[in-house]
Amino acid sequence: MKKVKYVLVVLSVALIFMMAGCGGNRGENSEKSIVLNGSTTVFPIAQRAAEEFMNLHSDVNVSVRGTGSGNGIAALINGTCDIADASRPMKDEEIKKAKENGVNPVSTVIAKDAIAIIVNKDNPIKSITKEQLKEIYTGQITNWKELGGADMKIVPVTRDSSSGTFEIFEEKILGKGTEMISSAVVQGSNQAVKTTVSKTPGAVGYIGLGYVDSTVKTVAFDGVLPSKESVLNGTYEISRPLFMYTDGVPKGVVKEFIDFVMSPEGQKIVEEVGYIAVKPVK
Amino acid sequence: MRNRSFIEYALPVFGYVAVIVLAAIVFTVFGEGIPLFHKYSVVKFLTGKVWRPTASLPKFGSVPLLVSTLIVSGIAMLFAVPLGVATALYIAKLASETTKDILKPLIELLASIPSVVYGFFGIVFVAPLVQKIFRLPVGQTGFTAGIILAFMSLPTIASISEDAITSVPSGLELASFGLGASKFETLIHIVIPAAMPGIITAISLGFGRAVGETMTVLMVAGGALGMPHSIFSPMRPITATIAAEMGETPVGSLHYHALFALAAELFVIVVLFNIVAEYYHKKFSARGN
Repeated sequence: MKKVKYVLVVLSVALIFMMAGCGGNRGENSEKSIVLNGSTTVFPIAQRAAEEFMNLHSDVNVSVRGTGSGNGIAALINGTCDIADASRPMKDEEIKKAKENGVNPVSTVIAKDAIAIIVNKDNPIKSITKEQLKEIYTGQITNWKELGGADMKIVPVTRDSSSGTFEIFEEKILGKGTEMISSAVVQGSNQAVKTTVSKTPGAVGYIGLGYVDSTVKTVAFDGVLPSKESVLNGTYEISRPLFMYTDGVPKGVVKEFIDFVMSPEGQKIVEEVGYIAVKPVK
Repeated sequence: MRNRSFIEYALPVFGYVAVIVLAAIVFTVFGEGIPLFHKYSVVKFLTGKVWRPTASLPKFGSVPLLVSTLIVSGIAMLFAVPLGVATALYIAKLASETTKDILKPLIELLASIPSVVYGFFGIVFVAPLVQKIFRLPVGQTGFTAGIILAFMSLPTIASISEDAITSVPSGLELASFGLGASKFETLIHIVIPAAMPGIITAISLGFGRAVGETMTVLMVAGGALGMPHSIFSPMRPITATIAAEMGETPVGSLHYHALFALAAELFVIVVLFNIVAEYYHKKFSARGN
């Protein structure tokens, strides 16, 4: 008898674990659900769009997580999300891995993002060139004096090397293969870069346009300030498309959601959270 | 009777849940970390001074990250151990009942503040302060992170040390007083040595907290990838590296395995530290008897 009880206890513990494991397994339920996962840059758009979408469709449950482009894409490949948000195109090895798992990633460009170059509010610098920025981030220029500013050490602030924002900065400013100086301060999010720059007199950093506010100063890049016009007409160089990836061409409730994001209402959300709409806005 | 025997059999199972989870974690971390060494040399990983995981020719030298971890948690222990043990002594032996009843819960409250709040406090308040006091170009340094970690591990060290000191049999103290020792002499020569095994446990748990803390160091240590020049340079401990890079790393890539290898390295260090702590714990326990 005692043996039986022991087995029962083990079984019930195992059952708890199995039930916990079932959380990730989503089928066609009576309540329709959409799971989004991925880029922290796309997150504000996805979150707002999900809220508005659920107001319009009370029978659909949309959940959004901002864990990073790589995580979102991995989740799409593993089948644990319906839409992967990404601030960079999928890499070849990711596409290969998706194909191996029978997932056919299809991208939709939902918005554009410009990367703003920011300095501390008290810094008199108004404009910076691509060449100067490159020399700052490779350690050739180390004092604001050299750019006509105050005699103050420059503190370059950057994102971790695997963030989508870093990749675009590396591609457009440094050029592939050029190494950033290793003494640059590294922060894990747009928000943290902004806070660091606002608290450090000599700092320079780069963040998504959606995160800029009055605590920091945006400088012109090659004479152009980031704005909707300068990004769409191509004069502001540091910009990038933002994606939503789906497995195959979107269909059913997922299609409805993506259509909503691309609709005038959805694109209005894009502008309200600080990014640049790619379709007409309501 | 039936119920009692059921619980008797159930309890060991729950006791082993922690062990099962630990085994699963070790298995995953080493299982995902070891594939790095099929393509990248172990020696280069352990002795390399450059961490450039996304360069076209990636380099996975873990030394600067390990040095950063040791600096940050070393500074934390430098502040937290004396402060924590002194706090414990005060609460256990000197403070009045009322002071004790107020102070102890307040210190333990420090432990329940989420680490992201500590991190935010660090960026907004401590880092600018450190920058001004030491006239640095940037306030986010290993030293700043160490100070904050000290306050994060303080409650663990203070609380467990206090329990250890309180549980020293009062007979020992009375005997000491009886031999003419002063209160201070009794504390230093009798109470602390008798409570030493507990204090060592407190320190090793506090160290574990400091070494494993992720969010705060990610936000406050500055994150620079190079080898730290001094304790006042921005640096990036192992946990911060894993947290910062894991989110965007393609699963199954060399970089992904390298992050798990880092986790394995950290795990080995913590285990080694615990073995040393256990050795001293045993040594002092034996002496106490």
